[in-house]
This record gives sequence, structure tokens and C-alpha cells, in this order.
Amino acid sequence: MSLTRATAIWVALAAAALAVFVASLALGSIALSPLRVVDALLHGRASSPDVIDEIVLSLRLPRALGGFAAGALLAVAGALLQVLLRNPLAEPYVLGVSGGAATFALAAMLAALPWWSVDAAAFAGAFLSIVLVLGLARRELWRGEPQDASPRLLLTGAVIAAGWGALITLMLAVAPENRLRGMVFWLTGDLNGVATPWAALIALVVVLAGIVPAAPQLNVMLRGDAAAQALGVPVVRLRLSVYLAASLAAAAAVTTAGTIGFVGLVVPHVLRLAFGNDQRMLLPAAALAGGVAVMGADLIARTVIAPAQLPVGVMTALVGVPVFLWMLLRRSP
Amino acid sequence: MNAKLRASLHVSALALRAGGRTLIDDLTLTFSPGEAWCIAGPNGAGKTTLLNVLAGLSKPAAGAVSLDGVDLNDWRAAGLARRRAWMPQSTHDAFSATVLDVVMLNRFPHLSGWGWESDADRRAAHAALDALGLAAFASRDVLSLSGGERQRVALAATLCQGAPLLLLDEPLSHLDLHHQIECLEALGDWVRDPAAQRTLIFSCHDLNLARRFATHALLIDGAGRAHAGPVRHVLSAERASAAFGYALTLIREGAHEALVPVMRAPHP
Repeated sequence: MSLTRATAIWVALAAAALAVFVASLALGSIALSPLRVVDALLHGRASSPDVIDEIVLSLRLPRALGGFAAGALLAVAGALLQVLLRNPLAEPYVLGVSGGAATFALAAMLAALPWWSVDAAAFAGAFLSIVLVLGLARRELWRGEPQDASPRLLLTGAVIAAGWGALITLMLAVAPENRLRGMVFWLTGDLNGVATPWAALIALVVVLAGIVPAAPQLNVMLRGDAAAQALGVPVVRLRLSVYLAASLAAAAAVTTAGTIGFVGLVVPHVLRLAFGNDQRMLLPAAALAGGVAVMGADLIARTVIAPAQLPVGVMTALVGVPVFLWMLLRRSP
Repeated sequence: MNAKLRASLHVSALALRAGGRTLIDDLTLTFSPGEAWCIAGPNGAGKTTLLNVLAGLSKPAAGAVSLDGVDLNDWRAAGLARRRAWMPQSTHDAFSATVLDVVMLNRFPHLSGWGWESDADRRAAHAALDALGLAAFASRDVLSLSGGERQRVALAATLCQGAPLLLLDEPLSHLDLHHQIECLEALGDWVRDPAAQRTLIFSCHDLNLARRFATHALLIDGAGRAHAGPVRHVLSAERASAAFGYALTLIREGAHEALVPVMRAPHP
């Protein structure tokens, strides 16, 4: 992998992202030409906006940007956790971040709190889960020891996630009928309620700015903690920052769009199969490709049986399950 | 490499303990440039622990280790990584990667800027692969390699780091006899390079290969006793028998020597 090749990959993915972005703004109940979309983006706010400008700017733009940001965050979180746990099956939700977010969000919905407090509760739950795993597995994350610490961290997170899962099932079981639909949509991952994508976009920029400079160190860490330490990588500090970056990315994504599945697992793997496992290329590429995947899946989810809308998580899972099974089975001889 | 890079490793009053046992007690020793040291001893005697301590990866129970007169604790991680390379006993690959990319990872201490390899790093990786006869493997997937091939790739990666001090934990395990000798010859050429001042320390279970290819040996018995010195002097039949707890005898044929287990009288 060289910088030239990585740049070519990034440019190609960015072009795909731009194309899907414009399509997301143009397609829907009222189909628009790309030129009309650009016109709405450039002049919608300045001149007196008509109804077309309103649709593009107030409905389709936040949803497309929110989808892009959530997908990008999930794919980056998945790629990071696969490196941290040195396990190809790791995904953004494996350490319980989404479980905590979902439990709190569902509790807020159960109590019929307003939408913004559902978002706030989701983030608080994700944060609590991060702190919980950090506290319980602190020895594994902190101590610079030659032994491989990953299995115990993974087990701690998986058990916490299972605990959240039980609470979620409990709440679904006791929820009144009229709230159940909203709760299930939230759990599947839904971009319908995205009011403002800016928090997720800011989280994406912060996570990428924090972790992309450490990508060469992540490459070395894939060889094992002791080998990385011998090459001069501050392993303990790096593990901690990777854990925090991945958790915050997953928390921001879940808060924005609910638990969209499979993007964080499948997107990094598809990129690895296509272009190799160099983290310097992979992390920015995962952000772009994850964004394209969720933005595109949402475009399909809201147009395929229009005017009805599917939760975007259904689309990503329907595509993700066969892709993932194919990847899993081709590994065995 | 830079001829000014010397690598003289000094241990003073070193003690290693594990699980209440004293593995090494009060060891004072200098590993000097141009020397190839073999660390020998029975299973669990502390060879791996000692190599980890010498590499600065873990702390000794007592005593100090210094590289070129500076205590290992006072070295900056990046500076130390340019001066000593360490190879673990085994490597686990979770993801596929090409052999060249895996070898080039050990150029990490030399990267600058955004961390992309320069042409010099690529040349070093190819040179290390060539030195071990692995040039044809450069684009192979590491997951497709056999245990012995993977071991040679790990050795090439360690050489590619360009450090004048090599610490190798059982570099010959999984290798067939032919490749064991080929690797030892490559390491011998590496340590004798007149343009550089290099030091090699490796652990090894084959006492005869050690006697032939190492210049010095450190024999530890896992109970606190250690012998260090020229290899033929330390890995003698008498000392090796005592350390390994089995009688060995030295047989000679012309210029060839071998330590072999003595025949025990068959039971009547």
C-alpha cells in the first residue's frame, strides 16, 4: 500500500459518496433533477424558498447527512474494534455500547418523554456502558503486559451486552401496544427521526482526526501487543484511545439513527478483501464506504415501497446477512 | 546501516523470578558487538523471560539492563526500537496480509510524517527477504504459509528493522534442518558484517547447532545457576548434563563434534 494507491481509493469512494448523496436529495415522492438539487442547496436559504427547496433542505438533506455520518461512524468503529480485539468478527455493538444506548432510549420512549430526551438518554446509556466496560476490564486495557489481553476485554463487553439485551426484551414485553412500533423501529435503526445531523458529523470529524494519525501504530498493534511494544508503540495508551474512539463513534451513530446492524461488521471486511488491511488506507476508506452504504440503504428503504418507508436497518441487514455468510464460509477450506 | 550504531548490552546483578522460583540469581554479563550468544536451558528455565527483560519488555525482579551505557528504562521507546529488535516465539495472524507488508511493519521505528514507507524502507524489506531466501514469497498471503515459512518471515521482519542488536526467542523452532542452518548462516553473516557492530542473542534447544554457529553461550538451569562464556566452554558435556538433568557425552569424528545423550544400560 502506498499513499498514491490509498488516495486513488479515497477519491473513488468520495465520488461514490457524492453520487449517492445527490441521488438521496433528488429521489423520493417528488423526483428532482440533480441541477434542481444543486440550485436548492446553493440558493434555497438565500432567496425566498419554495416547497421544493423546503423538501430538499429540511427533509432530505438532514436525513442524507445523518445517514452518511451514522454509517461512517459505524464502519470506523467496527474497523477499530476489529483491530483492538484482533478478531475479524468484532463489530461496533460487540462491547455493549449499543445495548446501553438502546436500553436507555427505550426507557425514555416507555416513559413517553419528548424525542430529544430519547436521543439524550441513548447517549447517556452508551456512555454508561463505555464506563462500565472500562471499569471492569481496566486491567486488560491498562496494564502493559506481553500476554494477549483481548479475549477478556471481549468477554467483558459481550456479557455486558447480553445484560442490556435482557433489559431490552423486558421493556418490549411490558411496553403498551401504541409505543411498541416506535421502539421496534428504533431498535432496527431508523433515519426517519433525524432532525439534525450536525452532532453526528462533528463526532465523525473528531473521531477521524483523533485516530487516523495513529493508523501506522494500529498496523503494528495487529501483530500483537508485545511485538508492538518492542517496535516502540505505546500499547497501553493506544488501546485506551482506540477503545474510546470506537465507543464514542458507536454511541454517536446509535444516538443518531438507532442500532443499524451489519454496516460496522461488513464494510471494513469488504474493504479489506478488496484493498488489503492497511489501517492508514482502511480507516478513511471505511468512513466513506460506511457512509455510502447507509445513505444508499436508506435511499432504497424509503423509495422501494413508497410511500411506505422501511427502517434502514432492515435494508442493511437484508444485504449484510448474505454478504457476511459468504465471507464466513469462503474462509473455511 | 550506520556503522556508528554499536550495540553493547550489559546486565548487572540481574535476578529473575517466576511463581516463587528463582530462575536467575545475580547475573552480571556483557553482550558485546561481534558476538552471537545462544541462551540454552531446559523448559521453564527462564529463556523467554530473560529475552523479554533484555528487550525491555518486562522488568527484572532485581538488577539492571543497559544498552550502550544507558539503562533500558531511560531509553525512549522509538530510539530503543531502532537499536534492538525482538522476535517472539510465535506470531498469530488474525487477518490476511502479504508477506512484504508484514515484513515492512518492522520499519515502523523509521517512519516519519504521516507514517508511509519510503523507498528505503521497501528496499530494506526486500533485502531482508532476500537474505533468508524468501524473495519469491513477497506477495504471498501470510495466512497461507506453513509454520516454518511463517517463522522465517518473522525472522526477515526482525532483520528488516535495521537494529544492531537482535533478541530472538527460538528462531529455529518449526524449521527443518536445512532451513535451520540457512537461517543460522544468514544470522552469522549479519553479525560478522565488518561495516557494522552487531550483537545477536537467541535462545535455542539444539546444543549442536549452538556449538557450531554461536560464539558464546549462556546456560541456565532454572534454579538460579548460570554459566556464560565461549560456546564450547559453556556447552560442554559436563555442564550441559548438569543443566538438563540427563547425561550427555561429546563424540568427535574428524573436525565434527556432537553432544549426544549417553546410552543407558538396557534393563536385564
